[in-house]
Amino acid sequence: MSEALHPVVVEVNGRRREAHVPARLSLVDWLRDELRLTGTHVGCEHGICGACSVMLDGEPVRSCLMYAVQANGHRITTVEGLAKPDGSLSALQDAFCETHGLQCGYCTSGMLIAAQDLLNRIPDPTEEQIRDAIGGNLCRCTGYQQIVEAVRLAAERMKE
Amino acid sequence: MTEPFKYIGKKRRTKEDPRFVSGRGRYVADIALPGMKHVALVASPHASARIVSIDAKPALALPGVLYVLTGEEFCAATDSLATGVDAPKLTRFALANGVVRYAGEWVAAVVADTRALAEDAAEVVEVEYEPLPHVIDAERAMRPGAPLVHPAHGSNVILHKKFVWGSVDEAFAKAKHTLAFRATWGRSSTVPIETFGVAAQWDPGTEILDVWASIQMPKYPDQVARALRLPGNGVRVHYDVDVGGSYGVKRGLKHTVLAGYLAKKLKVPVRFIEDRLENLRGGDMQGPDRFFDMQVAFDSDGTIRAWKIRAVDDVGAYAGRAPFQLGKPITAICGPYRIPAVEYDATSVLTHKTPQEAVRGFGQSPTNFAMERTIDRVAAFLKMDRIELRRKNLIRSDQFPYTIPSGSTYDSGDYHAVLDKALAAIDYPALVARREAARKSGKLAGIGISTCLEPSGGNSAFEVLLNPKNETTTWMDSCLVRVDLAGSITGVMNTSSSGQGHESLVSTVIGEVLERDPGTVRVVRADSLSALPSNSPVGSRMAIMLGGAAAGAAKHIRETLVAIAAHNFECSPEDLEYRGGDVSLKGAPEKKLGWDQLVEIAHRKFHRMPPGVEPGLQAKFVWEVPTGGGLPDAEGRVQIYPCYSFETHLVYVEIDPDTGKPSLGRYVCGHDCGVMINPDIVHGMTYGGIAHGIGAALYEKFSYTEDGQLASGTFMDYLLPSSMEVPALAIVDHCTPSPLTTFGQKGSGEAGYLGAPAAIASAVNDALAPLGSAVDTLPMSHLAIWKAIHLSRHPERSEGSPSAGS
Amino acid sequence: MLQLERPDTLPLCRTRGFLALSYGLTPGPPLKSAPFEYARAASLAEACDLLARYGGDSKVLAGGQSLVPMMAMRLVRPAFLVDINEIDELKFVVIETDFCRIGACTRQMTIERNDWLGARVPLLRQALAWVGHAQTRNRGTVGGSLAHADPSAELPLAARVLGAKMTLRSSKGARTLDAEQFFTGPMSTLVRPDECLEEIHWPVWNGNRTGSAFTEIAIRHGDFAMVAAAAQVALDSSDRCTRAAFGLGGASGTPLAFPEIAVRLVGTKLEDKAIDAAADDAAAETDPGSDLHATKEYRRHLARVLAARALREARDRAVRQ
Repeated sequence: MSEALHPVVVEVNGRRREAHVPARLSLVDWLRDELRLTGTHVGCEHGICGACSVMLDGEPVRSCLMYAVQANGHRITTVEGLAKPDGSLSALQDAFCETHGLQCGYCTSGMLIAAQDLLNRIPDPTEEQIRDAIGGNLCRCTGYQQIVEAVRLAAERMKE
Repeated sequence: MTEPFKYIGKKRRTKEDPRFVSGRGRYVADIALPGMKHVALVASPHASARIVSIDAKPALALPGVLYVLTGEEFCAATDSLATGVDAPKLTRFALANGVVRYAGEWVAAVVADTRALAEDAAEVVEVEYEPLPHVIDAERAMRPGAPLVHPAHGSNVILHKKFVWGSVDEAFAKAKHTLAFRATWGRSSTVPIETFGVAAQWDPGTEILDVWASIQMPKYPDQVARALRLPGNGVRVHYDVDVGGSYGVKRGLKHTVLAGYLAKKLKVPVRFIEDRLENLRGGDMQGPDRFFDMQVAFDSDGTIRAWKIRAVDDVGAYAGRAPFQLGKPITAICGPYRIPAVEYDATSVLTHKTPQEAVRGFGQSPTNFAMERTIDRVAAFLKMDRIELRRKNLIRSDQFPYTIPSGSTYDSGDYHAVLDKALAAIDYPALVARREAARKSGKLAGIGISTCLEPSGGNSAFEVLLNPKNETTTWMDSCLVRVDLAGSITGVMNTSSSGQGHESLVSTVIGEVLERDPGTVRVVRADSLSALPSNSPVGSRMAIMLGGAAAGAAKHIRETLVAIAAHNFECSPEDLEYRGGDVSLKGAPEKKLGWDQLVEIAHRKFHRMPPGVEPGLQAKFVWEVPTGGGLPDAEGRVQIYPCYSFETHLVYVEIDPDTGKPSLGRYVCGHDCGVMINPDIVHGMTYGGIAHGIGAALYEKFSYTEDGQLASGTFMDYLLPSSMEVPALAIVDHCTPSPLTTFGQKGSGEAGYLGAPAAIASAVNDALAPLGSAVDTLPMSHLAIWKAIHLSRHPERSEGSPSAGS
Repeated sequence: MLQLERPDTLPLCRTRGFLALSYGLTPGPPLKSAPFEYARAASLAEACDLLARYGGDSKVLAGGQSLVPMMAMRLVRPAFLVDINEIDELKFVVIETDFCRIGACTRQMTIERNDWLGARVPLLRQALAWVGHAQTRNRGTVGGSLAHADPSAELPLAARVLGAKMTLRSSKGARTLDAEQFFTGPMSTLVRPDECLEEIHWPVWNGNRTGSAFTEIAIRHGDFAMVAAAAQVALDSSDRCTRAAFGLGGASGTPLAFPEIAVRLVGTKLEDKAIDAAADDAAAETDPGSDLHATKEYRRHLARVLAARALREARDRAVRQ
């Protein structure tokens, strides 16, 4: 018996994507394995680590906790969609490079999604707000210190 | 401090970060090979059992299923993985054959078109087990009559060594006081956010097995080839795979042999990426699980005369290099202190638990924790200030190089200066005032302190110390530097990286030596068949070893350029000056051959090359670990690691007396790792090490139930600290250059982790001290802290043992 | 409600490791869901039709923040998923005089950001501050959390303390259950397989001197609580308590409320002594389980401490008004 396939039309990083997916295919597996958008990472597949965070209609969600079929008709932004229109690094991405807010890079895409959402809502966040915003994204390399510094730096630069 | 360097030690963006922030890293799970199949595993539900039968037919009948591999076939066709200690009867394969020895051990592997289909099939592989007695406690496992994990070995003890360095008994007899207690380090690990993964492809034409893996491991390709009965040049490991964190544990040897076997057998590319549940349970990456019976002899003025350390480590059901984690701490067995006599009794015990693997620090952090608890206990006993006691016993800066009783010589340091800097940075008197005020208002508050060593350089002479049959005395690393016809510089490294910024390291070092902008130096990775020797980034060794090798190769290039110029100017190299890649005559700067001209001569104009110099412009350098190469003497004395970084941690904690909940306040780490090549990278690893130490101290534990099941098998029960649990961290740098290394650098990849658990234990115990309570077991869970408070208030009540947890 | 064996047993740990053990399931390999059929319902009526057709083999998929991981671990394996995420008629907040109505599929983040609701049912926002993380609250729904009925989850406790009412819809009609009836055990409710949670009525306390508080002890921020406590009180102009409600989560198989104990607080000035006595009595009624993070005795102790803290904090807020 083969599984039924469901048609989906999703706008991913501004591009219309059409596919037929089995119901049980998670959104993150679809993004990574079918669309080859491998910047979004799989860390736990049970909704704790935050590595798979993407924007769904502009709000961060865990893409391991959604089936691809559920994204039908929605808008997804992944780390590959965070850069400026000319392809250069966004203020936040650049700040992560400036403070070395990453090491192995594995949690980084999820961190960027969570932090970008924070800056979209609160342009001048306190350290506590930053820590709360990335509290659902586990990082094992940095101890979060240089990530918090990166978000602060990005906020300051975006003010200018 | 004077800054003799142009690029080293300067603020500089890393080479790696831009590709990671734009989602362009390439991890093993991003490798998609045409026609690739996926593996799911059938795992044992029992801690100890005989496999009566395996029926794969229901699985093979499902759609998309290609193959089901069992241990019977696999173990006949491959060789056992190596056991580091001398235990020849211990065999270890990726799949169990006849017997399972821990819950989660792999029993069969299903290969299917997708991972989901493979999981569907794995569910219906029918395995019949006959449960056998099990033992999950190290002390019970050592008793006569305990169930044997490997009956062929004849005992559950796979390593027992006792060393006495110096006049220990005499010191104990003469000392005014002695103390004894037990410190226990709970089983935790580094648990990277990326699980282990491997993709393998067999090319029947070339007869090469290509391997892409998230690996951090010395001698990995050799061991894979040996287990698969392939020649060493039959396995090609691609090191250009980004590793999503490791900190010691990414050692998927069994995973790789399994995937390699399947790829070769089925003639299809095979990928196995652990899911998180497999990773935690059967991924064989749990860390040290150890208790220390500590005895210390000291005088009333606080002088420590000797200590005896009995360390018993529960290594789990199989052992690779893990028992050696009892050996590495020998290189710093008296910590940063002047302790003239040390007894060390180390035992590694098999139990029916998940096998242990190397974890950041390789046993040093648990040992540091036990030593620092000892120092704190001595201070409490003498009613002496903990900082004064440390000051009294710390090795003084004028005593370096300092040889410790176990034979290692510490290269350099100024421990008192680092301690003073950290105390100033945290404003220690103000912190004490804050603690006193908090206590007056009814809170439990404490200040933690630790002063710890971070041995670095990765010379694993403990192997031969613990296993005389293993005469490995070199842990070299290498680098190749090429300058192409266009004058561009490429550094070739020979291992993979897991976030340590090695491309930045190599480019900075080459740039420094050749006086060229590191931003223009590209760093690539050879594969294992084209690579020079490397022992991978373990043991805080790459700044020293890869940095040293890159510098050595770059110096060859520089010397070659000078030699070419000397030949063309018909002068001696001593008459020439190298500046920024150009070579000119001293005193006559107009007489110059520029970088491009020299490169062109090397690549195209052999007639202008000095005799005996190879054309092209490339140089390799293979470096032996400084001070390495020695064998132990009769008393078991040997120089192990070459360099010794130092860290002191100061941390403030408040504990809610009604709930036992701890919260960390100010945190300062004073750190001296010699010359830092890239300060942001060093600081980042140190911050991360501290967070990891916070996890080990307060949150993380692989708990087992009485029936041998892993209870903390998900991220909801194995608790990694988040940004809400880790406080703002501050680092104060100090620099005592190492006399042994190219630029005075020491290692720092394990920084932070080596002192944080000890400091946090110190803080929690300082907070509990007014109650007369103590906690000497990590992790100090909310429950454990509450129990300590509760029992001090209601000593008549003792709680029944919990139904779960060990 | 999850269809697990032995649903009377409180899970020993949060997820599979222990759920599997405590429920006697064989630990298997998976983190990919077993296959299932899927339909996205466009309306509540369509959802009810689908549920009527597939009944016990189906499950409602709301935010999925608990259901999806459990399906990934194959601890639950419905044959049919009815996705209600696109049903606009299940996403609303209506504020009436004596209660607020919230559509079952309203996202938790929507509630958290609704200041008006925050003023009318402050306990809801206070509870949400402890729920998961931004990413899970963006997707997680109010109804999903209630229907999942984790005994230590925050929203079920808030519902229980405030006496929220749940309206359930099926193709045969609607019925409304009190929170007290609704929760029957760990991950277990009176929702029938053919029913879909439609909306939740949250009572509004209209007195101008009310205060509420939610507090909990979780090991990490955002984790499920080891124990949680919620309280709401109303005072008269002389600080005398006119109405009180409080409850505990994580301390039994369902969230608990203590109306009989709370009523004894009415007429007092909510002195610490009265609050401590109430907290003691409440803790005595709990029946917590033991797991690797907390023993029964520790949980019961936390229950007493946190109940008192929640009541005090609620009182102090009311006094300030």
